[in-house]
Amino acid sequence: MLLIEIKPDKCDFCGVCVGVCPEDAIELKEATIKISEELCTNCAKCVWCCPIEVLVFRKDKIQQLKASTFK
Amino acid sequence: MIEKFYDVIVVGAGPAGTTAARFAAEQGVSVLILEKDRDIGYPVRCGEAVSKDGIEPFIKPDSKWIASTINSFVLISPDGTEVKINFNRTGYILERRIFDYELGKLAAKAGAHILTKAYVYDLLREDGKITGVKFEHNGEKKEVKGKIIIGADGVESRIGRFAGIKTHIKISDMECCVQFTVSNINVDASTCYFYFGENYAPGGYLWIFPKGNNSANVGLGIGGDKAKIKSPISYINNFLENKFPNVPKLTMISGGVPCSLTLSEIVKENVLLVGDAARQVNPLSGGGITSGMIGGSIAGELAGKAIKENNFKLLMDYPKIWHSRVGRRHEMYYKVKNAIYNFRDETLNSIAHSAIKIPESERTLLSIFKIALLDKPSLLFEFAKIFFY
Repeated sequence: MLLIEIKPDKCDFCGVCVGVCPEDAIELKEATIKISEELCTNCAKCVWCCPIEVLVFRKDKIQQLKASTFK
Repeated sequence: MIEKFYDVIVVGAGPAGTTAARFAAEQGVSVLILEKDRDIGYPVRCGEAVSKDGIEPFIKPDSKWIASTINSFVLISPDGTEVKINFNRTGYILERRIFDYELGKLAAKAGAHILTKAYVYDLLREDGKITGVKFEHNGEKKEVKGKIIIGADGVESRIGRFAGIKTHIKISDMECCVQFTVSNINVDASTCYFYFGENYAPGGYLWIFPKGNNSANVGLGIGGDKAKIKSPISYINNFLENKFPNVPKLTMISGGVPCSLTLSEIVKENVLLVGDAARQVNPLSGGGITSGMIGGSIAGELAGKAIKENNFKLLMDYPKIWHSRVGRRHEMYYKVKNAIYNFRDETLNSIAHSAIKIPESERTLLSIFKIALLDKPSLLFEFAKIFFY
């Protein structure tokens, strides 16, 4: 489950997030950006490095994630 | 018209990519450049400052892509002390959208084919060997074969990953940048301004690079571990609101500058990486245009020769040539960067106070460095780390 949310309308498609992603989980084209749920480990490096706050770490979803993991 | 097969495929049409393509094509081999954006040179992701000496070997300076000519720097410490340094060489602030376009034309003139809006999403492999690239163009999936692939795909550096090279960088080495190009700003047209300190740009610097007619690039880069605490966009907004309220903002761009060592692997099988993709940026200044073009020229020329002589072992010379020309110097800059990365405001102020005592005619970056050491011996300790560990 993805804890990282992208605000695509805010994105400048600059590629910082792709450069720091250890899993190569982010696909960035000219003006589209997607995180692969399969590859992403929610490490949040992309969130920290985004210069313009496009990526958000959804802390509020952690409980939901725990619930789904231990179901 | 794009062929089905090329000797060399270059992914990315920034200065490193088009220079690699040009140098390869000049060897008489067939070259294709694939660029994911619709334009070469746009969007600009750069502060646009270069030295004249740095670019002259690759392109003749032309007023149509020189926004301003620089002959001095002003370094501003956290307490506002301004240290002016006369630059003993000539600097330019570029119009990258025109500059990159001209480099693209030079590659085309040498014979390279160019396709924009071409997004490379994987390498093509046959019998375990890399034989080309897979890409999307206008929504269609396509393939093109190539004997040598040059990854010039910038900070993202995915071509390297597809080839099995670890290209992602640690966040403290990623300078996270935002820049506004503003107008109606009253700054000297031949001076670059650099602001240092916690309030401006922790783990980096804030710059004002004039672009003539009272316009300027105002931007900053901060280390990724610092950006984690407060974002670059909030720092730059703060600065502009305080120092230059109401300046019209013509553009806003974000970007990342990989201020690390060159990747330990910049060639693997028949794949070479150049420019930001190879982490060939000067890790101290964050400048990557000149060094990227040097990397591109070395890789392009070797690729062309390898094809012509049908000797792919030549590609293995690339890291050695890169390191002797530039890479070794970058290793030293990287150590300096790490030593000053966490300098506190008091240290930066103290250096500035010493520096302004040096007569302006004798003031150079090196003399500031020396005086800073003498004036504040504790600094020796910090700089000793640079050279002795």
